[in-house]
Amino acid sequence: MPHDAPHGHDHDHDHDPHAPAADLGDARSRWYEVASDVMRDMLVERQVLTAREVSRQIELMESKSIQLGGRLVARAWTDPDFRTRLLEDGKAAAASIGIPMTEAALKVVEDTPAVHNVIVCTLCSCYPRSLLGQPPAWYRNKAYRSRVVREPRQVLAEFGTRVPDDVEIHVHDSNADLRFIVLPMRPAGTERLDEAALAALVTRDCLIGVAPPRLPDVAAA
Amino acid sequence: MNPLAAAPRPACGEPRFVPGDRVRVLDLPRPGHVRTPHYVRHKVGTVVEYTGLFLNPEDLAYGRCSGPAVNGYRVVFDQSHLWRDYRGSGSDRLFIELYEHWLERA
Repeated sequence: MPHDAPHGHDHDHDHDPHAPAADLGDARSRWYEVASDVMRDMLVERQVLTAREVSRQIELMESKSIQLGGRLVARAWTDPDFRTRLLEDGKAAAASIGIPMTEAALKVVEDTPAVHNVIVCTLCSCYPRSLLGQPPAWYRNKAYRSRVVREPRQVLAEFGTRVPDDVEIHVHDSNADLRFIVLPMRPAGTERLDEAALAALVTRDCLIGVAPPRLPDVAAA
Repeated sequence: MNPLAAAPRPACGEPRFVPGDRVRVLDLPRPGHVRTPHYVRHKVGTVVEYTGLFLNPEDLAYGRCSGPAVNGYRVVFDQSHLWRDYRGSGSDRLFIELYEHWLERA
């Protein structure tokens, strides 16, 4: 997202198309930022969109959060029938508990004692944004995107997740129309937690598959 | 499941592959908004799932929004087949979505 809010200025001012974009590590991203601004301003000028519609859409995108993913996971942990439906058709299952998605499909991949799943988009940064909002910066970085497909165990270890050799790693390259989340295993010691408390254990890293859900230290002690 | 499915478009062929089929990824000389990364090209994997009909992203990216639609699949590869120097369990796998025109029977 190039700017936090639309603004009416023209583009005579100093956007250097070759200035590095520190957060994406790619100088060309600055060029696309300018192109995106110009396109947005033209659409507003020609009354295809209003500035208000643009900012409403930005607000909508920013209102999505990891908590919606946590709700799906906690429901799946506590309701076997919902878990089955979530694995069959993630988008339909999400809609059934009031969580609509705009992407074509949500594929939910389930961790088991024998399988650890991790998600990446090697080509860009495909991510279930209508469910979870924007992906973290590292998910968009070339280092993660290029390395996790070819050395997932090493990358996961850098996140503090050591996967035993007898557990298969399944890397899912989210390269096209499907969007993915991981259904992690419910941590031991959470038998007494209710659905809301379980949902709070689910972080963005859990849903991407780089870290398992953990009890807070206080509760684990 | 696919919101694009209702869009008008020319008829599309039945899926050529079913789960379990062995497929090789083609290395088509296509520029632009291609969704088949180079690391799977020429590699042989197994179809795990038919994902449905989709408008081809290679067309959509350039405003050609009326089809034809293409069949999509999830295909699984052994990591040790994708990467000669793969360090990890021999049963580690990689799953990726591929459109039918990028696949041939292996």
